[in-house]
Amino acid sequence: MAPKSPSHVGWQHFDHDADVGVRGVGITRAEAFEQAALALTSIVTQIESVEARQRIEISAENSDPELLFVEWLDALIFEMATRKMLFSRYKVDIQADRLSASVWGEPVDVERHQPAVEIKGATLTELKVEEQDDGQWLAQCVVDV
Amino acid sequence: MDLSRLNRRDEYEWEIPMRGNMRVPGVIYASEDLMRAMDDKVLEQTANVAMLPGIVAASYAMPDAHWGYGFPIGGVAAFDAEAGGVVSAGGVGFDVSCGVRCLHTGVDLKELKQKQAPLADGLYRGIPAGVGSTGQISLSDHEMTEMLAGGAAWAIGQGYGRAEDLARIEENGRMQGADPTAVSTRARRRQRDEMGTLGSGNHYLEVQLVSEIYDKKIADIFAIVEGDIVVSIHCGSRGLGHQIGTEYLKEMAQSAGEFGIALPDRELACAPIRSPLGQRYLGAMRSAINCALANRQIITHLTRRVFAEVFGRELQLPLLYDVSHNTCKVEEHLVDGKKMTLHVHRKGATRAFGPDHPDLPQELKAAGQPVLIGGSMGTASYVLAGTGAGMEIAFGSACHGAGRAMSRHAAKKRWQGRKLVDDLAGQGILIRSPSMRGVAEEAPGAYKDVSSVVDAAQEAGLARKVAKLLPLVCVKG
Repeated sequence: MAPKSPSHVGWQHFDHDADVGVRGVGITRAEAFEQAALALTSIVTQIESVEARQRIEISAENSDPELLFVEWLDALIFEMATRKMLFSRYKVDIQADRLSASVWGEPVDVERHQPAVEIKGATLTELKVEEQDDGQWLAQCVVDV
Repeated sequence: MDLSRLNRRDEYEWEIPMRGNMRVPGVIYASEDLMRAMDDKVLEQTANVAMLPGIVAASYAMPDAHWGYGFPIGGVAAFDAEAGGVVSAGGVGFDVSCGVRCLHTGVDLKELKQKQAPLADGLYRGIPAGVGSTGQISLSDHEMTEMLAGGAAWAIGQGYGRAEDLARIEENGRMQGADPTAVSTRARRRQRDEMGTLGSGNHYLEVQLVSEIYDKKIADIFAIVEGDIVVSIHCGSRGLGHQIGTEYLKEMAQSAGEFGIALPDRELACAPIRSPLGQRYLGAMRSAINCALANRQIITHLTRRVFAEVFGRELQLPLLYDVSHNTCKVEEHLVDGKKMTLHVHRKGATRAFGPDHPDLPQELKAAGQPVLIGGSMGTASYVLAGTGAGMEIAFGSACHGAGRAMSRHAAKKRWQGRKLVDDLAGQGILIRSPSMRGVAEEAPGAYKDVSSVVDAAQEAGLARKVAKLLPLVCVKG
């Protein structure tokens, strides 16, 4: 489940008029990115319903740490859209301005997943990637659905 | 919204006075009730757009405006290339050329009622909708290029529809100036299997009853009478437009510094019209407009096929009109008596050209452009017409829909999809959707009242009410 406060490792959604915000918090920046990706999946379906059966490799690059987060979400959205898949497990590694990740999931099963909506793309609205006072990392932005 | 920061110019016109780096004022058209319910972010975003280089006259917001990214949704802004004006990916939105197409059916309510369930099932089977759905055609890269340059005209060439459909589509169904080479491999890949699909979220195909006529003279010209059955299709440029939007948004955000544009907010990412990036975006965005027009054309063809099957005879289903509400278009407008060529951004705003506009087909010239306003699932939609007065304000633009009143999360907690479908069926409205969670998130109660938005558009002089449409069948993604 989503944590009540962003100061704990985990993910949550935050409200935006027409769209939805995704927020991940982790001990490292990579973990915050992984948590935010869980928030992304749960816009579409219940994460528990997605089996981690198939692994996909994803990479992204941007010299701006915040835009790297946007690139990460956009790469996931691209894979979800073109492979018609949903993902439930993420392992992210970030070296300088490069991100590489393994993600696990399965093809969309409309009956079982009841996918609510497809995601169009990540926006720069409410975009933040930062280390908080307590030393934990936060990564968030609004995504267009 | 805190109204004390605004000057009320008129009952339905609110000015955001110039302050800070604003180059022009902001203007919001809405009733006092709509203004009070509007998010303060609309004021902030409308004012931010007014700070962009080359903006002309004012930064406008329509009665259904709400918090967008960079530009408000329901925002209209025109830029002069000669004055260093800009083009903005955020000013168009991700779903490039999302819009509404309305078809006459020639079927009456009695006949429709007899076939309502088979029609709902036929449309649901015949038109791919929802997450993970694919179209019946897969485009090669060469075919994709032709589609991106040809729009609905390309689709008709492939056998999807009739040549006379084109006159009832903005730009005659083919956006000029498209540059398919500006569309990335990834955007093409995302579209490969998505031609002729509805998508999800607030996109739909509805069979509707013309329940009320407000302006008989214009309704006659539009060929609609009370009791008519029409079909409305609401969708856009699918994965291709989304990918173009995301790619150019990031590129513009990272290039703003190079162009010496000081952005009040990074998400206002833009590029000068007269820059290689600005031109590349325009070429890609126009290709996405063609993709949306081709997509709605293919869905029209599929709809005609289903109607012919269900009613057992060939039905023409001619177009009333096809409008796009996420665009940037080059148009001529009179500004302070001077004719100017402007790049008009409409994000969640419908073009609403007045009578006698040269871009209108001859038979609609006396009426003005049909303006198609989509409601939410289970609620009314409207047909409006552009007005002469509207051409003087907001560059001939009007509202586009209702806008959400609550988040998807709140809606999902409040409603249950299956129960909504049953309740609406009890009211004579048949919903067909692959996802009950999707239905709950799109509950009628999760949206604002579109009627008050349309009334405000009329009272502000943006457009004139012509007819009200009530849903009978709704296919949701």
